[in-house]
Amino acid sequence: MTMLLEAAALAMPRRLDPTDLMVETPGLVCLVGPNGSGKTSLLHALAGIGSPLGSVRIDGKDARRAGPAERRRLFAYLPANRDIAWPLTVRDVAGLGLGDYARAVDEALTTLELSAFADRRVDRLSTGERSRVLLARALAARPKLLLLDEPIANLDPLWQLRLMDILKAEAASGRAAIVALHDLDLAARYADRLIVMKNGQIIADGHPRALVAGPVIPAVFGIEHSEAGWSPAPHRTA
Amino acid sequence: MSNRVAVLLGAAVLFLFALSVLAPWSVIRDLLQQDRDLGWAVIRELRLPRALLALVYGAMLGAAGAAIQALFANPLASPDLTGTTSGAALGAVVTAYILGFASPVALSIGAVGGALAALLLLIALAGPRAETATLLLSGLAISALAGALTTLALALAPSPFAFYDAYDWLMGSLVDRSLAQAAFAGVPALLTVLLLLRLGGPLDLLTLGEDVVQSLGHDLRRLRIAIVALTAIGVGACVAICGAIGFVGLVAPIFARRISRGHPGGAILPAAMIGGGLLLAADLVTRAAPLGRILPIGVVTALLGAPFFLWLVAHMRWSLSR
Repeated sequence: MTMLLEAAALAMPRRLDPTDLMVETPGLVCLVGPNGSGKTSLLHALAGIGSPLGSVRIDGKDARRAGPAERRRLFAYLPANRDIAWPLTVRDVAGLGLGDYARAVDEALTTLELSAFADRRVDRLSTGERSRVLLARALAARPKLLLLDEPIANLDPLWQLRLMDILKAEAASGRAAIVALHDLDLAARYADRLIVMKNGQIIADGHPRALVAGPVIPAVFGIEHSEAGWSPAPHRTA
Repeated sequence: MSNRVAVLLGAAVLFLFALSVLAPWSVIRDLLQQDRDLGWAVIRELRLPRALLALVYGAMLGAAGAAIQALFANPLASPDLTGTTSGAALGAVVTAYILGFASPVALSIGAVGGALAALLLLIALAGPRAETATLLLSGLAISALAGALTTLALALAPSPFAFYDAYDWLMGSLVDRSLAQAAFAGVPALLTVLLLLRLGGPLDLLTLGEDVVQSLGHDLRRLRIAIVALTAIGVGACVAICGAIGFVGLVAPIFARRISRGHPGGAILPAAMIGGGLLLAADLVTRAAPLGRILPIGVVTALLGAPFFLWLVAHMRWSLSR
């Protein structure tokens, strides 16, 4: 276990209260929480989006002071928004801003089974396929840390499972991923660590199965677990 | 842009430039044979400034158009449709009204100020990444306002000569400009093109949204300010010398993106080359038109550009309804 991420006093006014976060490698960390709980804000603060406060060290380097090339090596950020403004080809989008990673782009496209589409325009793909192209871009430069905002949104059940397998394998190869998710069962099954957020704060951080089985998640989401799965709690406490 | 395409495009622009300076060759050759000094004077004083102005004004419009389209993530953004050109024209006319057309420095400063005001007003009205309709409506409103104020300034012209001078200049013309005037527009325009070229990388990344650009450490606010300021300086300097010329900044980037495989930032260089070539070609058309007089170049680009704009709108509507 090596310390990869050391973030101190991360904060964004009215969106994220001051937060410290340490992440070791290998590690697949899932962020869960209701809409507006601060998952995206925490990812933004880590990626340096929107003038966040606090310090972020990745692999011993000050990420805030790093230039584009160093940042590409340190981390990749996948936004929740899957819009691609111009009709580029799949291969061009996957390599956008990555400089000399052309071969890595082809590998990433193969991993996400996009090689057959490589020369197709992204505006002619489905939303799920477009999500995979953007994921390929995030994976291509093989950064130390992946910051992914709802990476499985828009993916079909098979690809949701495949993607979680890919992320697990990435983490196992000496990296780490921090992934915002809404699927509690997938989070419990794949994550090495689960972080629960509410009102711009981390309110629980620990072993996924223990957290999912415990009282925090039902209280935060206002849901309850039964043999049939999750269902709304009769009296919402959240 | 591949090397082969760059060479082909460069050769085409060079050919148009040579044509603009030397065509019709029989006339220039006869003149050089009869009176060598007079022939050179015609080339140096009349043809060269005109060709240089067409090249740099067109290149600046192409590059600025490509950068603005990349910034707004919208293929319908361009210096003229966003009201920048009208703003520059208004700034120059107001300055000319106060100081006369004799002072190119004051005229340029007025035009740059007008262009800057129009662009800032556009961002305030439409937001940095506006929907097509909002962008076009805001641009239309700014153009209409600037146009109305320019007309008002013309109506209040102190003399018919002042009115004619301003009106003639407003239609856009490259004729009878000196080499010094060409340099006056050309240096800021070239600087605009060169500095915009350096922003190609982050502008390409904007394809994936502002968050991705920021996550890689680019300062989005500085990028926006740089593009707005450079466009205002380039457009202002050229409008001050040659008047308003429309549609090149809209058309050139659209063709350029076919060369850059859709990359909006990578389109800046080919857009500059295509823009320069287009304005050189339009200037050749103004000279070759069989009307017994030289057409204003702004009219030619509008006559060619407006149908293209209509086609573009129809094409976008068709794409959206698919």
